[in-house]
Amino acid sequence: MLKDITLGQYFPGNSFIHRLDPRTKLIFLVVFIVALFLAVNWISYGLMLVFLLACICISRIPAKSFIRGMKPLIMILAFTAILNLFFTQGETVLVSFWGITITLEGVIRAVFMLVRILMLIASTFLLTYTTSPISLTDGLESLLGPLKKIKVPVHELSMMMCIALRFIPTLIEETDKIMAAQKARGADFESGKLMERVKALVPILVPLFISAFRRADELATAMECRCYQGGDGRTKMKLLRYKLRDFKAFSAAALLLAAIIVLRNFGL
Amino acid sequence: MSTAICVEHLAYTYPGVDDTPGVAVFKDLNLSVEKGSFVAVLGGNGCGKSTLAKHFNSILLPCGGKIYAFGMDTSDPEKLIAIRRTVGMVFQNPDNQIVANVVEEDVAFGPENLSISSPEIRKRVDQALKQVGMYEYREHAPHLLSGGQKQRVAIAGIIAMEPSCIVLDEPTAMLDPRGRREVMQTISRLNQEKGITVILITHHMDEAAQADRVIVLHQGQVAADGTPKQVFSQVELLHSIGLAAPETVELCYTLNKLGYDMPLDRLSAEECAQILYEKVKV
Repeated sequence: MLKDITLGQYFPGNSFIHRLDPRTKLIFLVVFIVALFLAVNWISYGLMLVFLLACICISRIPAKSFIRGMKPLIMILAFTAILNLFFTQGETVLVSFWGITITLEGVIRAVFMLVRILMLIASTFLLTYTTSPISLTDGLESLLGPLKKIKVPVHELSMMMCIALRFIPTLIEETDKIMAAQKARGADFESGKLMERVKALVPILVPLFISAFRRADELATAMECRCYQGGDGRTKMKLLRYKLRDFKAFSAAALLLAAIIVLRNFGL
Repeated sequence: MSTAICVEHLAYTYPGVDDTPGVAVFKDLNLSVEKGSFVAVLGGNGCGKSTLAKHFNSILLPCGGKIYAFGMDTSDPEKLIAIRRTVGMVFQNPDNQIVANVVEEDVAFGPENLSISSPEIRKRVDQALKQVGMYEYREHAPHLLSGGQKQRVAIAGIIAMEPSCIVLDEPTAMLDPRGRREVMQTISRLNQEKGITVILITHHMDEAAQADRVIVLHQGQVAADGTPKQVFSQVELLHSIGLAAPETVELCYTLNKLGYDMPLDRLSAEECAQILYEKVKV
């Protein structure tokens, strides 16, 4: 049951986007999101959409996976759309019933918000689909590197993230085992009221936590045996290096941002 | 002097919780391990096998006496890193020693800590993975590998640091027979081809039989020490401390009790079959 959870959702591949430096992709995503919030009219939205669809095509990630990824978010999307639909003040009244009025401005605004959120989610998915969690962590560590100067423990944070990602499948497997063991002793996780179900989780969580601490202890000893002494003086096997394709991507991001700003200021 | 590990008058007591007195594991232990040898350490539960292993690379520090790893005093904090890169250690549970979520990244973890240049790390990682026969799996996620494969990745992670000695603390305890065989073959090959000193802590007699030398620990003391044939022929001694001899020796020992005259130093099934055949023929 728990094995179905895929984490990181990485689709291995060899497209232009897959091969980009993770830092490039992270910066690109930030630029894209900024542009998304600067975009105010249909033309700029259209431009962003075309751009995003082009990126998705280049990445060769099946569109199905994007749609599947959006499914759990339907509630949030619907909520945002409905709120905007009903609570936008406007002059052109389309329908009015039971004291609720739907205006043309409301419809436009709802569609705008929906498209904006969809693009926001899709662009984030594109990053996680094309970048392995480990290179994402590497990219973040490298980008946040300057924060080390103000004593932010960047290396430690990225090490923690890396270990967390590494142990998620292990702990899922362990949870499955504990659940099976408790079921074999007659535990019931599927019926009863909410409180009863929550209480039934205690016999799973306690052994899981104990074992996680034991694992942490053993892992720490193993890391010490492999001469781990924190981030200072550590080298990397895979060095991150910007290549020509990264500069191409940066130029594209800059052009996109410039175009959106121009469209915004001149109201074209 | 070609000694890899030298233990002199080792005393160690686990600290007690609150006011309870600690548990004394070793009072006065002496032993030394030659460079390039393959030593198996045997013993029942709680005889101090793992505690001893943790002393070899300064995970635990002796309460009394000295331990020298390749001439370096393990209680000297300045030698800590030098000792740990010389004496590598592999533990029982492979899951709890793999740090990264890609095989090659994990093998690179040790060398990365040693400030080695990137191309050199790449070279060492590839070599280490080839030595344990896991090169084809270098881009796999560790949690999708079998127990034996994971343990070989853990061994690769240690040999990528190019240690002169590897201490393995029951590396096969959690593996199925096939995984055990894979790991044992890897260990023997490293010992024979690379000349790495191997200290194998185990409670499988057949694994210990593959070593050059067997040390039996009992209550913090060396109970027997010698070649596998010398140690395993002392069947009564092994039984008195709750251990069994390899199955072939046990068979001959039982036959002897029934009035036959069998030698007790036939450790492999082939040797045992041969001697049985000869006895039957006469």
